[in-house]
Amino acid sequence: MQLSKDELLTAYRTMRTIREFEERLHIEFATGEIPGFVHLYAGEEASGVGVCMHLDDRDRIASTHRGHGHCIAKGCDVDGMMAEIYGRKDGLCAGKGGSMHIADLDKGMMGANGIVGGGPPLICGAGLAAKQLGTGGVAIAFVGDGGSNQGTTFESLNLASVWNLPCIFVIENNGYAESTSSKWSIACDDAADRASGFNMPGVVVDGHDFFAVYEAAGEAIKRAREGGGPSLLECKLNRYYGHFEGDAQTYRGPDEVKKLRESRDCLAMFREKVTGAGLLDLAQLDAIKSEAEALVDGAVAKAKVAPTPTAADLLTDVYVSY
Amino acid sequence: MARTVTYQQAINEALAQEMERDETVVVMGEDVAGGLGTDGERDAWGGPLGITKGLYGKYGDRVMDTPISESAFIGAAVGAATAGLRPVAELMFIDFMGVCFDQIFNQAAKFRYMFGGKAETPVVIRTMYGAGLRAAAQHSQCLYPVFTHIPGLKVVTPATPYDAKGLLIQAIRDNDPVIFCEHKALYTLEGDVPEEPYALPFGEANIVREGDDVSIVTLGRMVHVANEAAEALSGDGIECEIVDLRTTSPLDEDTVIETVENTGRLVVLDEAHPRCNMATDIAAMVCEKAFDSLKGPIKQVTAPHTPVPFADTLEDLYIPDAAAVQKAVKAVMESSK
Ligand SMILES: Cc1ncc(C[n+]2csc(CCOP(=O)(O)OP(=O)(O)O)c2C)c(N)n1
Ligand SMILES: [Mg+2]
Repeated sequence: MQLSKDELLTAYRTMRTIREFEERLHIEFATGEIPGFVHLYAGEEASGVGVCMHLDDRDRIASTHRGHGHCIAKGCDVDGMMAEIYGRKDGLCAGKGGSMHIADLDKGMMGANGIVGGGPPLICGAGLAAKQLGTGGVAIAFVGDGGSNQGTTFESLNLASVWNLPCIFVIENNGYAESTSSKWSIACDDAADRASGFNMPGVVVDGHDFFAVYEAAGEAIKRAREGGGPSLLECKLNRYYGHFEGDAQTYRGPDEVKKLRESRDCLAMFREKVTGAGLLDLAQLDAIKSEAEALVDGAVAKAKVAPTPTAADLLTDVYVSY
Repeated sequence: MARTVTYQQAINEALAQEMERDETVVVMGEDVAGGLGTDGERDAWGGPLGITKGLYGKYGDRVMDTPISESAFIGAAVGAATAGLRPVAELMFIDFMGVCFDQIFNQAAKFRYMFGGKAETPVVIRTMYGAGLRAAAQHSQCLYPVFTHIPGLKVVTPATPYDAKGLLIQAIRDNDPVIFCEHKALYTLEGDVPEEPYALPFGEANIVREGDDVSIVTLGRMVHVANEAAEALSGDGIECEIVDLRTTSPLDEDTVIETVENTGRLVVLDEAHPRCNMATDIAAMVCEKAFDSLKGPIKQVTAPHTPVPFADTLEDLYIPDAAAVQKAVKAVMESSK
């Protein structure tokens, strides 16, 4: 699958924006200004972007509690996301959802999710609708290694298969569910091994390698669009921060993250590949980094001074009003 | 001897003492020890807020981490309870009952009756509930009324460290399934707690403040909100009697009726949504059984009929506060003869 220069720039810009967004949130969270639970996606960017680069607005994704990266990859507005995380009225969910519930249905982003395993059944429904309505769309659930052990995930794999739905289950195996190792919690070697039990392809890729994810996801999505049914894609990757902000991470080995950042960073790997092949030059990539920084700077500055919801907003939107 | 400990320490101590006393007591849940299979520290978490931390060091494999498979492990705790163990399973947030409710309400709750009185299911499900941490709609609910609705379940909602320890020990020794609801905003609350093990009986409400003007019947975190309101009202010459239900099932109807007989006025305060909650339950019971003692209409103070909002401004408006209770108490005073 050959990517154009523009597409490569877009891929890098999206991954870079996610990284800047998350690194900045890490800093801002420490100031105490951001309420609630925040789970950062830094380190995992190649997965969300490698998958979502294939999608357009008719395609749906369901995300997890670690959803910022999926949101950005699916085209959610960065200002609106930041405002939501700060609990502002002009946030993407009017300040009612927060980090764990960012959604933008017009963009096909069905929501981050506070319930582990909440997404897979929903994408069976989105896949069913796409199939029934003949939109050509596909539906994708991002699921963690921990979430892959949830009953809802197993049931959804089976349902997607017996209904032959255009669904892709992307297991983002970052090695941990909270403090528990996926090597322990998943009984088989790879979560992808389970796919055969549901009669669908199951592929393992290096989730730090944008190109590997892009290619494997492309095949699964093409197959789904053509009526070939569901697939499972397991991206092996790593998270750079704690389970949530404030996690002391004593369950991790010494220097584990430092070593990962040095050897398996998806952005560094991308840079090396595209500059090595002479596809893009460093100046272009650095310019994108500056743009992403400016975008996130602007989003934080706006969010900090944005109006908060008021008493008039408390009771609205429980039901559709007529 | 009593010393001051937190609600969280009281819970940890109750678990440790019961595990010490009875080796059939086991603890299970996601990251209840933590660090399983990793290169780093074992017992790294003790649950997301560290409530069970340290138990693994003392009781080893009787503290079991689980995959994120609530239906399976909550069900396993139920099954193990029918087969000789006394499991204390942690359902991290009460909101997650959605992914395992069948094992609780169709299985655990039904066995004794449905099997003609032959079964005993001594399982405890510890779970964290309530708003206040900006944890939004799927991590902040007060779902104890849902459990209270189900015959066969016992439901406990301690408001203080003392009650948390005594009621948890009772829950573990009890031979019925118990849903033990811990308010997440109370974990750091300090109070006097005896060092030695003690069990507090279920179905005995606690009169936490005496007064002759208005009764406030409440539970969980709202006991403290009621206290705050009562303190302020006392300054205005209104004396409130506060009843902490402590367990919603079984329910201490007698104490509720007695307080209404004493004051003739009732405010029911509940952090849960307003429909089919403890406030409606108590109000209906009092109307039926103590109507003649009432000098005027009952008032309910509850959260609104909305999901729990994320933004701090909205969540603060959502949670019933002392001002709302004071207003209700004054309204009850005014509308009574
Ligand atoms: C049903 C349910 N159970 C438990 C939790 C608490 N919880 C939130 S995230 C998480 C770990 C998820 O691990 P994984 O799926 O690997 O995703 P990661 O955090 O690594 O991205 C747990 C246990 C939850 N939110 N929902
Ligand atoms: Mg994980």
